[in-house]
Amino acid sequence: MSTTTTQPPEPETRAQLSRGSLPRYFSPVLLAASAAVVAGVLLAFSSFGVILWALLTAVAYLVISVTASVRVEGARKAKDRFITAIVYGCFLLAMAPLVSVLWTVVQNGMSRFDSYFLSVSMNGVLPSMDAGGVYHAIVGTLAITGMATLISVPIGVLTAVYLVEYAEGRLKKVITFFVDVMTGIPSIVAGLFVVALWMVLLGPGHLNGASGALALAVLMIPVVVRSSEEMLRLVPLELREASYALGVPKWRTITKVVLPTSASGLTTGIVLAIARVIGETAPLVLTAGSSAVSINWNLFDGQMMNLPVFIYSQVRMGGAVNYERAWAAALTLILVVMLLFFLARMIGRFFAPKTR
Amino acid sequence: MAKRIDVSGLNVYYGDFKAVEDVSMTIEPRSVTAFIGSSGCGKSTYLRALNRMHEVTPGARAEGKVLLDDLDIYGPDVDPVMVRGEIGMVFQKANPFPTMSIYDNVIAGARLNNSRMSKSEADDLVEESLRGANLWEEVKERLNKPGAGLSGGQQQRLCIARATAVKPSVLLMDEPCSALDPISTLAIEDLIHNMKEDYTIVIVTHNMQQAARVSDRTAFFNLSAPGKPGKLIEMGETNQMFTRPDQKETENYITGRFG
Amino acid sequence: MTTTDAPQAAPPPSGKRRIGDVVFAGLARSSGILILLILAGVAAFLIVQAWPSLSANTQNFLTTREWDANVREEPAFGVAALAFGTVLAALIALVMATPVAIGIALFIVYYAPRRLASLLGYLVDLLAAIPSVVYGLWGIGFLAPQLVPVFEGISRYLGWIPLFAGPPSPSGRTILTASIALAVMILPIITAMSRDVFHQVPQGHREAALAMGATRWEMIRLAVLPFGKSGIVGGAMLGMGRALGETMAVAMILSPSLMISWNVLQSGNQTIAGHIALQYPEATGYGVSALIAAGLVLFAITLFVNMAARYVVARGNKEA
Repeated sequence: MSTTTTQPPEPETRAQLSRGSLPRYFSPVLLAASAAVVAGVLLAFSSFGVILWALLTAVAYLVISVTASVRVEGARKAKDRFITAIVYGCFLLAMAPLVSVLWTVVQNGMSRFDSYFLSVSMNGVLPSMDAGGVYHAIVGTLAITGMATLISVPIGVLTAVYLVEYAEGRLKKVITFFVDVMTGIPSIVAGLFVVALWMVLLGPGHLNGASGALALAVLMIPVVVRSSEEMLRLVPLELREASYALGVPKWRTITKVVLPTSASGLTTGIVLAIARVIGETAPLVLTAGSSAVSINWNLFDGQMMNLPVFIYSQVRMGGAVNYERAWAAALTLILVVMLLFFLARMIGRFFAPKTR
Repeated sequence: MAKRIDVSGLNVYYGDFKAVEDVSMTIEPRSVTAFIGSSGCGKSTYLRALNRMHEVTPGARAEGKVLLDDLDIYGPDVDPVMVRGEIGMVFQKANPFPTMSIYDNVIAGARLNNSRMSKSEADDLVEESLRGANLWEEVKERLNKPGAGLSGGQQQRLCIARATAVKPSVLLMDEPCSALDPISTLAIEDLIHNMKEDYTIVIVTHNMQQAARVSDRTAFFNLSAPGKPGKLIEMGETNQMFTRPDQKETENYITGRFG
Repeated sequence: MTTTDAPQAAPPPSGKRRIGDVVFAGLARSSGILILLILAGVAAFLIVQAWPSLSANTQNFLTTREWDANVREEPAFGVAALAFGTVLAALIALVMATPVAIGIALFIVYYAPRRLASLLGYLVDLLAAIPSVVYGLWGIGFLAPQLVPVFEGISRYLGWIPLFAGPPSPSGRTILTASIALAVMILPIITAMSRDVFHQVPQGHREAALAMGATRWEMIRLAVLPFGKSGIVGGAMLGMGRALGETMAVAMILSPSLMISWNVLQSGNQTIAGHIALQYPEATGYGVSALIAAGLVLFAITLFVNMAARYVVARGNKEA
């Protein structure tokens, strides 16, 4: 290397180990300043809008910080700053719809969300009447999701046990692959499947809760398999070996050691799977019907309303009062989903085996 | 190109745990300095603090002074990115970028500083760096093949070429031969011997014979007690360290290994 | 473990226990096979029930736009317009969501403060927890009206691009609005897949880049993105699969229609899934069978996209 033919890059600046740097407080101060100035200008022209404000602040911040950085710190640092700003921006951009959805749902849903709304059905309520509630839909949601859970959990958990404890070779690969593929089935196709199944077996016209539960189960099974598989794999091999060493047969080892050890994880996964399917609408429109108005606890007889379909059918009616009901039902549904998420986290936190 | 490193009172922490305590030493330019000591004695941690690579580990921080010639690399205006351009590093496990060709691996670092490098400049730099790493003759016919296709020893020399292509003045090597067979190890040791004309070289090694073979000066690190931070026990000419160390601790370690 | 007896040599397995093992293993195995049967059943029953309308169809099912299926004789229908709308909506959603998702994944893995990273990741996952019917309601009630002036601006300044040729819909309920809702819905999937591969980038490669004096972005460009390519592509394809089959948000935002239009600022397009949801309650005659046929097409497309995605991801894992 003593016969150097190429110049070392940036020799004069690099020898100093620094190329000038903007102070640490530069970014936050500039961001705050941009936001304030943009807000001031927009207010002066009385055209303030949150989206416009956020957009212009971002542009102003990007332009100024990159220009300043190119001057002071050089092109490489400026690029790094630019990307950093973009990456932070991506995250904020994703939070915008989350906040917006939750905000609009709460704002629009509150007006009708009360104990009356939660405790009455739509029985006898004419579409435009200022009355009625979602009790029948809550009942339907509980019944349909409950039955779907009863179908999916044994199949899902047992399949996961098979994949983790027993399966090997080709069948394992095939099942794993198709479980993955099954997670991608469009929900409406699951609904059509049940429709087609009944048409072949029973003839047309079987709108009831059980059909809906069956469609949801098709969507839920792969989710349960996936999460259970993950949890079972977390159980240390030594625990199984210790059990085998005591002469406990494999199936007792699984039911008495492996499954109890992973119980909290399995339950968390199942609750999250319920949260995923409880908001499914399309398959239930096709299988459980969209015109039930009264309380129906019988899964096998007649149409069964539920929260997501209630929202959809109210929107289809299109009147102002219908929209109010839809928003209030959406608030109810979101609360249910959030409750399930919270529950899942709590189970994961408090019932996890202490030995991990 | 080679520069002197002066360390005074360097402490390195992982969160609340102090991994290296109060190390001061001078690393001479155009020489090879070896760090020896048992596993977990903080010598790799200390090495990483010499070019601020420890900052990559979450929670790690260093206090003290590290002067490169006369500049403190922990100075307030100093950019760690530029420190690492000036003080290069070669790791225990050869890590060429798997998606890049041999050519692109060598040029990757240099391109960062000089994106408008001409084709002929780039070709020259690649050849120069690969020759410097004793690898040119072996790979000149397949520069566009992926670097991951080389043998372990060749990959490690490719990583050395990649590090030198950035034109650093110091090269830190963290157990560069521990994953290699004896013949590849010998090739790297020859290379280190040749490179000390141009660089300040620091090598961490577990292999006592290797330290004796390649280094001019040797520093011995040890833990003051289990769970306590690592310390520099003594440092001196390699010959003297291996024959007449000042400290009993050093003698025990060296003779223990030699049997 | 389960017995309090002092450890002894394993007792010889009694016949009873062996039966237990056989039964339990058989049960587990049949569950796995049942899943394969369900998937096969989905395909089989859809084909069986689609067949009557397909064989009676007087038009070419794949190239016809019209949908005249609610009759007892001589139905004439096809999925051309619907398939076009489905693919267009999914592609637009993908183009919008993928770069943002990569940015979010980079943010969570390499930029966000470590203590907050998992919480911030959880927030992104919450986007997937919101039911699609709520996104649909949000799309009509909030997003579409907000977008009307934006669409006007786009058509004024970018109207020379055929996609944005106006005049924009006064309701804002166009395929672009639906695609934005879809993009939000598929963000978490693409983000999750990208996060996974970014976490798997070997530390050695990242350190190699940093040790030669790379900035954070240069480290990502040299070591992370090339390594994560297959995971990102796979994640994007899974997201596309979800967008293709997503029903409710589309059905609520778009009105029934059968046009083929590149003009994304006007209403007129519809997707397969949206069409099925909107038409099913009124379907008579060959109607239901024709909708099942449309569902079969959707099933085939999503199956293909998902299998390709899994293949890409699996191949990437093998290389790594």
